[in-house]
Amino acid sequence: MNRNTSHINPLESEAIYIFREVAAQFERPVLLFSGGKDSITLVRLAQKAFWPAKIPFPLMHIDTGHNFAETIAFRDKLVADHGLELIVRKVQDSIDAGKVKEESGKYSSRNSLQTTTLLDAIEEFKFDACIGGARRDEEKARAKERIFSVRDDFGQWDEKSQRPELFDMLNGQIKLGQNVRVFPISNWTELDVWSYIEREKIEIPSIYFAHKRKVFLRDGLIWSHSDYVFQEEDEEVLERMVRFRTVGDISCTAAVLSEAADIESVVKEIRNSTLSERGARIDDKRSEAAMEKRKQQGYF
Amino acid sequence: MDVLKIATAGSVDDGKSTLIGRLLYDTKSLTTDKLEAIEKTSKQKGYDYLDLSLATDGLVAEREQGITIDVAHIYFSTAKKSFIIADTPGHVEYTRNMVTGASTSQAAIILIDARKGVIEQTSRHFFIANLLRVKEVVVAINKMDLVDFSEDRYNAIKADFEELMQKRDYEEQKITCIPVSALKGDNVVNTSEQTPWYHGPTLLEHLEALDMAAVSNSGTPRFPVQYVIRPKTKDFHDFRGFAGKVYGGILNVGDEVVALPSQTRSKIKAIYVYNQQCESAARRSSVTITLEDEINVSRGDMLVKANDLPRIEKEFTATISWMDQKQLQPGTTYVLQHGIRKVLAKVATIHHRIRPDYSGIDEGANALEMNDIAQVSFKLNKPIFCDAFKKHRTNGSFILIDSQSNNTVGAGFIQ
Repeated sequence: MNRNTSHINPLESEAIYIFREVAAQFERPVLLFSGGKDSITLVRLAQKAFWPAKIPFPLMHIDTGHNFAETIAFRDKLVADHGLELIVRKVQDSIDAGKVKEESGKYSSRNSLQTTTLLDAIEEFKFDACIGGARRDEEKARAKERIFSVRDDFGQWDEKSQRPELFDMLNGQIKLGQNVRVFPISNWTELDVWSYIEREKIEIPSIYFAHKRKVFLRDGLIWSHSDYVFQEEDEEVLERMVRFRTVGDISCTAAVLSEAADIESVVKEIRNSTLSERGARIDDKRSEAAMEKRKQQGYF
Repeated sequence: MDVLKIATAGSVDDGKSTLIGRLLYDTKSLTTDKLEAIEKTSKQKGYDYLDLSLATDGLVAEREQGITIDVAHIYFSTAKKSFIIADTPGHVEYTRNMVTGASTSQAAIILIDARKGVIEQTSRHFFIANLLRVKEVVVAINKMDLVDFSEDRYNAIKADFEELMQKRDYEEQKITCIPVSALKGDNVVNTSEQTPWYHGPTLLEHLEALDMAAVSNSGTPRFPVQYVIRPKTKDFHDFRGFAGKVYGGILNVGDEVVALPSQTRSKIKAIYVYNQQCESAARRSSVTITLEDEINVSRGDMLVKANDLPRIEKEFTATISWMDQKQLQPGTTYVLQHGIRKVLAKVATIHHRIRPDYSGIDEGANALEMNDIAQVSFKLNKPIFCDAFKKHRTNGSFILIDSQSNNTVGAGFIQ
């Protein structure tokens, strides 16, 4: 089906503009890469922004260790195919160093532990700009996020003293020790990202497409059966045809029932979906203000 | 299909968040989990209706106080258009937020409470829509359910607003009044049966029908160079591409151009969008341009058509919207960012403050406070290549940055 995707052109131009501003205004930028569709889209946009030169900054993956195997295989192939520079920093190392404590129990996840590893890596490499794939349509607190969002030495977000952003002008001036989080696809919706992946024929990990998986049901969500996910004895393992709408740590990403096995069917499914993307994020369900609290603490 | 950016303005309790919630609800843009959250919270608060304002009030502090404290962006689309709404608060002290929201918008919705009519806040909101040259203004006369959907009341408010329109200095601006009830859903998405006397479109119908070419401010092409691409690889050994975004008009391969500030002439050799060569670069598209001649161009320089130069200014007067707690004072030096070009700017003179409600000016201002709007003259250490804001929205605007705090402290519109 040849759908009209021309409304993505201004969004693409905006993202490319933002990437070029980052390269020009900062000394040590880094692209935070999770292996999810949003950060994969960022890589394509960065390639477009600097072609025929290479992307002038590295990618960094904050690895919880609780990954979908498909995501890691995909990440390594992408890096090799495009000659990208990849830095990996592991949450396990932060745990071993005694900097964070592993959560325990039914809802334990390493998702929030990533923050410490991220902040340590920013300090280690002296990154002054961290580019991420967050979008304003994802969540209410993110709707107020700037494109250039200044964080203090502790990585904290102060939502009350954000810099106004007028016209296209991005102010990246910071003091030593501060850094900026940059969100080039702030104004994209989930459907925009999917339509773009379809239009540009961007490769994404196979778990975004329908596949058979061992799962169990809890609180109305479909959880992956995995060594990394705590499971009660009475929570029965089932085999279901599922796919993932967002991909994060395996312990905080729920699956959706789906038969959509290719990009065209996925776009169609998203178009007709009545559930929001983060509706399948277990980490957001903790409380209504979950995201805002994590952001204040330095989470992406 | 295109994206329409809309700024919203209303006073406290005008029902702005409810109106946006209603747009989302009636266009079925709210997903079931968000809707469930709204139903749950509405019930907890003891309401017998859905509190649609909960769809947009994002931060904890806001939900506690029931107010909107910062610009939030909301996205939805219909079969005809995609929309981005910049939800800006209506309090007196938050002028800066509306200026910010309006700066990227082609349309503005100004809300009026039908019981209160045109009030001082309304003139302030309209003033900012004029100052920022927002082409399309929709006046949503809300809470019509509380005035029994009275045609007379609607006409009286419309007449008051038309009187306000006489004061604006922006003839091309289009204004449309629509009677709505955000709470009940009348004339927002669906045509109301309560207003048989109203024959115009609903709010959504009106926004969907806007011609995108007509609502965008066009001018002449300006190409600020953001970044110089020099791959120095075997295949692209001599490639020297000037990366940037085209503003105001179209650039074509073969166009005769001048690089500023050097004033060197050359011709556009090629225009690239990623690895594709194009014949022309459309307005607001990010491209990479190569030139016929090897001339020295770096970040902050500008390429323009040889027959259409901008002003090259080291001294000028601008309308300033001040956004910082710390006052603006004559003699102070700020970093002035014009597009992507940064220079130092010293405040020469504050001429007068402008009352943002059309009631006149105040002479003899010694300093500017947050939310003040004023005529100010500057002296720069290096020139900028600019146009009057009235002629070119992008190339006529700038921001001021405090060199100590690094904060964006003001916005300027060149005369």
